[in-house]
Amino acid sequence: MTVRARTRAVTGRTPWPLVVPALAGLAFLVLPLAGLLVRAPWSTLPRQLAEPQVLEALRLSLVTATIATAVCLLLGVPLAWLLARTALPGRRLLRALVTVPLVLPPVVGGVALLLVLGRRGLAGQWLYDTFGVSLPFTTAGVVVAEAFVAMPFLVIAVEGALRGSDQRYEEAAATLGASRWTVFRRVTLPMVAPGVLAGAVLCWARALGEFGATITFAGNFPGRTQTMPLAVYLALETEPDAAIVLSLVLLAVSVIVLAGLRDRWVGSA
Amino acid sequence: MLKRLSLVAVLASVVSVTAVSLTACGSSSGTADPGSGAPASGAAAGASSVTVFAAASLTESFTELGRRFESAHPGTKVTFNFGSSATLAQQITQGAPADVFAAASPATMNTVTDAGLAASPTVFVKNTLQIAVPADNPAKVESLKDLTDPKVKVALCAEQVPCGAAAIKALDAAGLKVTPVTLEQDVKATLTKVELGEVDAALVYRTDVIAAAGKVKGIDFPEAAQAVNDYPVAVLTKAPALDLAKGFVDLVLSPQGADVLTKAGFQAP
Amino acid sequence: MGGFRVSLRAHLVVERPPFRLDVELDVAAGEVVALLGPNGAGKTTALRGLAGLTPLAGGTVELEGVELHRLPPERRPIGVVFQDYLLFPHMSALDNVAFGPRCQGAGRAAARRIAADLLDRVGLTGFSGVRPGRLSGGQAQRVALARALAVRPRLLLLDEPLAALDAHTRLEIRAELRRHLAGFDGATVLVTHDPLDAMVLADRLVVIENGGVVQSGTPGEIARHPRTDYVARLVGLNLYRGEAGGDQVVVGDVRFSTAERVTGPAFVAFPPSAVALYRTRPDGSPRNLWKLHIDGVERHGDHIRVHLRGPLPLAADVTPAAATDLDLIPGQEIWAAVKATETHAYPA
Repeated sequence: MTVRARTRAVTGRTPWPLVVPALAGLAFLVLPLAGLLVRAPWSTLPRQLAEPQVLEALRLSLVTATIATAVCLLLGVPLAWLLARTALPGRRLLRALVTVPLVLPPVVGGVALLLVLGRRGLAGQWLYDTFGVSLPFTTAGVVVAEAFVAMPFLVIAVEGALRGSDQRYEEAAATLGASRWTVFRRVTLPMVAPGVLAGAVLCWARALGEFGATITFAGNFPGRTQTMPLAVYLALETEPDAAIVLSLVLLAVSVIVLAGLRDRWVGSA
Repeated sequence: MLKRLSLVAVLASVVSVTAVSLTACGSSSGTADPGSGAPASGAAAGASSVTVFAAASLTESFTELGRRFESAHPGTKVTFNFGSSATLAQQITQGAPADVFAAASPATMNTVTDAGLAASPTVFVKNTLQIAVPADNPAKVESLKDLTDPKVKVALCAEQVPCGAAAIKALDAAGLKVTPVTLEQDVKATLTKVELGEVDAALVYRTDVIAAAGKVKGIDFPEAAQAVNDYPVAVLTKAPALDLAKGFVDLVLSPQGADVLTKAGFQAP
Repeated sequence: MGGFRVSLRAHLVVERPPFRLDVELDVAAGEVVALLGPNGAGKTTALRGLAGLTPLAGGTVELEGVELHRLPPERRPIGVVFQDYLLFPHMSALDNVAFGPRCQGAGRAAARRIAADLLDRVGLTGFSGVRPGRLSGGQAQRVALARALAVRPRLLLLDEPLAALDAHTRLEIRAELRRHLAGFDGATVLVTHDPLDAMVLADRLVVIENGGVVQSGTPGEIARHPRTDYVARLVGLNLYRGEAGGDQVVVGDVRFSTAERVTGPAFVAFPPSAVALYRTRPDGSPRNLWKLHIDGVERHGDHIRVHLRGPLPLAADVTPAAATDLDLIPGQEIWAAVKATETHAYPA
């Protein structure tokens, strides 16, 4: 608190070369939302919300985005650690590969997932023949697609945090008898926690809005794989107004969740 | 999601506007040049570009017709915007500068005619459904009834898109109840699932099966006759290149046009 | 060292071309050895080598008969106090101190008891719940010491333990640290570039320059008999190396008369206060008399230090009153004399 007050005092007047583009940037991000709000048929909102399919899609979106984020944390944090802390050969290439899902059009990502994890995919065929498991068209498939697309956000955020953190604390922990795993768990991870949280938030938001990879890999079936973005897209085909309402519901829920999360985390830090 | 879609729409219209204004400049310089022998139909308007919004299923055949139109009218450029009929209809009602609209269903054409943007559409072809199965037909599907087997994984188009509506009509006519694993957002996505062997069968258009020849096999079924999809085409009332638009529609309706369309798997109306 | 039992026997070789550290170090149980040296000499590298944080290119580290050099840091019975303390910012002072015992397998309650005891011992009762960010420099230093001691190390390593403190706190913590080190029965190695810290805290000094040991001994020995310019400057002496014969030491073209009789290679040392300055050649012609030029003049405590150049560069201390009389202008010629009885000659 005191630090913040002091910073403000030192900053003084905000320079206009920063303020003008900042406001323009904000407008650029917020205006499309305003467009949705203006065009939204508010009167049909209650009816839309009462639709069991909408609630089902919303629930599915929240559940899958959260599970996908958990999966990303479980796999992405160690991956970020590997990239930031070890001298792997070809680490530069690995880092570039991690960003592939960012560059790949999500639909292509979905096709790529089908080629690997589909019923006839490289690994999927084995899964199907051995365990009778087939990921496409299942809720698990939605999680896989969302995690695939969202993981880079987490990995990049966490890797950045790890690189920025002072490794001497890890050395200090080692001299106190901590194994590498203990160092990671009790020193490294808590010290990069804000970075991990920021990455998880990005990851969750990306997963929540995921459309292309999901519909391509997991298909679209209400209650099982139809998340909100899919419902919005299909509503757009016949009922654009309904699509706007659905998008606003999705936006509102995500804003509420993210704002709530942020407050709690800032408060505790 | 919706934000992304509307952005695409905006971009599409920006691109079309730019294309039109560019060609407008080009044509004015063209008329200033006394030596340029303008072709018969487009000469009066002075426009040398025509923009056609067409259903995605028309991609191959219309591209071919466009080529023929351009060679018959030297100096003329045919610009296509292929996409879901519903999306195209929306773009047109939002003011996208199109000259011709060819839709995959009368319903989507109605959106445009209701807005007073097109008059007297003509049905130029019809498309019927086929059962598409992977080339090796793993589930040994032979008839529509085989799709009711719970062991057979079936993909259908979502009911919001024309091929989905047609599939429901055909299944209703046959008195069959099919539980698909997915309701895809468009016919190409549905076909991809068949191509990759993720599903054992799907109901798609004959034209799509022909376009994917070799990778999937089409199976005719009698009930398809109950779910024929009519394709209407119309010159738009606000067409910037009215004469060229009429010329292109004439080509589509001509025996030459019918020939190209039949080769692609369409049937005469 | 006489009665001490050797506890740490180390030969540290670290290659970081063009730098090479090659240092041998013996420390007895209960003994405090200070590694003293200029920046970049390799002191901290040596300490990190002992801790296992910097890999050795060669050599051994043996503590109480056990070879440590192949063990990772976490398996070595050591405690380290780092220069910036490196207290874990997300843990309370108590949890920082309890961290080591927890890693050694103590239960949460037991570890906290050990930690609370240690915080008491360093005078921080009541600071258990405080995060490092809210501790003063002196308090953080004490927590760092408590944290290092909490693992019951057999070798305590301190890297510039007082460098981050302001002058006043430093005085207080230095005395306190001395008490704690005296009460520690294992070997202690301390790295510092401050001679005062070294003299107060250490039983023995090891001076490192350019990756090698140049001198070692008790603080008294080192202060009286510096063997390098660095050490001489550190303890405030003029130092020359020459060839001795009887009561004379020849340094370059200059011939020193000394009180002691030495033969062979030898050092001559004398404090700046032993130098007398004259504007003109003094009467009675003392034997150690040279005509030099004034190079620079600076204030040094309550006297003036005059740097002289010529056949024998040296530093002289004069009172401010004398300085006024002497009219000290850089470049000016001046006579410098040193009484033989004030010089100190010893074999090199």
